[in-house]
Amino acid sequence: MTTTLAPHERSGALRAAGGYLGLLVVILVVALPLYWILAASFKERPDIYTVPVTWLPDPVTTENYTAVRTGVDFVDYLRNSIIITVVLTAVQVVLGVLSAYALAFLRFPGRGVVLMVIIAALMVPSQITMISNYALVSGLGWRNSFAGIIVPLAGVAFGTFLMRNHFLSLPTEVLEAAEMDAAGPIRTLLRVVLPMSWPTLIAFTLITVVNEWNQYLWPLLIAEDSSVAPLPVGLTQLQDAEGLTNWGPVMAGTVLTMVPILVVFLLLQRHMIKGLTAGAVKG
Amino acid sequence: MTADARTDDHPVVALTPRPPGPRERPARPRGQRYRRREVLLALAFLLPNLVLLGVFTYRPLLDNFRLSFTSWNIASPTAEYIGVDNYVEWFTSSSSQTVMWNTVVFTGAAVIGSMVLGLALALLLDQKLVGRNAVRSLVFAPFVLAGAAVGVAFQFVFDPTFGLIQDVLGRLGIEAPAFYQNPRWALFMVTTTYVWKNLGYTFVIYLAALQGRRAELDEAAEIDAASTWTKFRRVTWPQLRPATFFLLITVLLNSFQVFDVIHTMTRGGPLGDGTTTMVYQIYEETFVNLRAGYGATVASIMFVALLLITLAQVFLMERGRQK
Repeated sequence: MTTTLAPHERSGALRAAGGYLGLLVVILVVALPLYWILAASFKERPDIYTVPVTWLPDPVTTENYTAVRTGVDFVDYLRNSIIITVVLTAVQVVLGVLSAYALAFLRFPGRGVVLMVIIAALMVPSQITMISNYALVSGLGWRNSFAGIIVPLAGVAFGTFLMRNHFLSLPTEVLEAAEMDAAGPIRTLLRVVLPMSWPTLIAFTLITVVNEWNQYLWPLLIAEDSSVAPLPVGLTQLQDAEGLTNWGPVMAGTVLTMVPILVVFLLLQRHMIKGLTAGAVKG
Repeated sequence: MTADARTDDHPVVALTPRPPGPRERPARPRGQRYRRREVLLALAFLLPNLVLLGVFTYRPLLDNFRLSFTSWNIASPTAEYIGVDNYVEWFTSSSSQTVMWNTVVFTGAAVIGSMVLGLALALLLDQKLVGRNAVRSLVFAPFVLAGAAVGVAFQFVFDPTFGLIQDVLGRLGIEAPAFYQNPRWALFMVTTTYVWKNLGYTFVIYLAALQGRRAELDEAAEIDAASTWTKFRRVTWPQLRPATFFLLITVLLNSFQVFDVIHTMTRGGPLGDGTTTMVYQIYEETFVNLRAGYGATVASIMFVALLLITLAQVFLMERGRQK
């Protein structure tokens, strides 16, 4: 027995070592900034404003979180974020499934055109529509209201496309059943089609939740105060008030904005990735 | 129709062999006429979505072109038509050159940066390494975070005196550049922040493509004792082509539209327009300077530019596929 490795074993060990070095770099680059804001959120003010900087909060304090809860209306922002996200997700999932069902299973004139119109909407960035929409929403008296934030964002292009493609991939018998059963489409949808579509439906729902939770520009334009502004907008108001001079509460607010969506993500990431990669790989 | 006839009917439909072609237009056993009931149902299912997209996507898209020919303070009820003056102003103004440059640099660096790094990470984490699942989650996680929250966080991470970056650089004996005063470094900062956030997306798409590739081709290359680089270039890369084209289009569209990171980190500064991209300029002209007509002009120019770029990409993709 020799202690030297065969050439291919040696190169394998070298590769593995390189691989783990790569892992280490990746972990540092992604996790360090996250650790940095988390640590700062638990630091006392003088502990943040020292040179050289400290890497561990000493002492650990929750006063920044108390400041965020009492000083600004973070609880209100959180409530608004939940309302906006839940309503938009529910509406988009229902509209997306119904649209996809019609496009995949029902025969009607102009189906191809309707499909094109819905997909092409993906190509229109919201910054191009926001000026006119802002004027429309103002004219309706919907500024600083949930309706003003929610209704213009409620149309579904991506989800319709995702669900339609999935419906078309279902076994032919389902198509037949759906076609034969035009008398009871809701029943077909609920009893036959949806039970075969949970993974895609969950992916669609998750992507919608993440998108709506993170909405920024449109609510920034429409919301004027904490009665309707969601967390990311509330966070910028906190940043305007305290940023640079008092990082502690701002970092606590940042952590509070990030944590709910991270929890959802960690529990359900597989489903979300499935939705994102659908259509990308097959080409 | 009797009950017997109905039970007979069913297997016939189910067993009829179908041609394998596209599924969109299944063969109709009862001729080509539409059923009124089915058409009305489709209308009911589609109408709410189509109305929403019509009113809040297509109507404003057209209206934006009309507004781009006006001089309009967004707070005023009336807009005055001024022809192509806004367009002339944008194409001749020196600040537009800065904005265009910023947009090209930000978008280009974001697309190339996140695609190259995403592919590298996917190749790394496709290998059998202990703990790779946890690292995969970690790399993907920033993608789900709100851009506004990431921007606020990284404003502190890049803080010139109390931030993480200056401390790490200081330990390496490097003095941190003036991220918030020097426009070039500011642009570098917002681009890096966006790439950090967006990396998870390109990573998962490439990883899925790698996992879907044909293993026997890799094995054949291994038997041939091809070098790692040759194997990648000849065997792996061609199989990643669809994913690469998909990412080119989607990442470009997304990067072009980044607002939250820039708004929270620099407000388009320093020196007025140091990190102002077209999207930021639309916002600033319309809602800060209250020149909504001019903002609409920038938006129209951006839309046409995006449309042309995307069409060019699709054209190239189709040509690449035919080869």
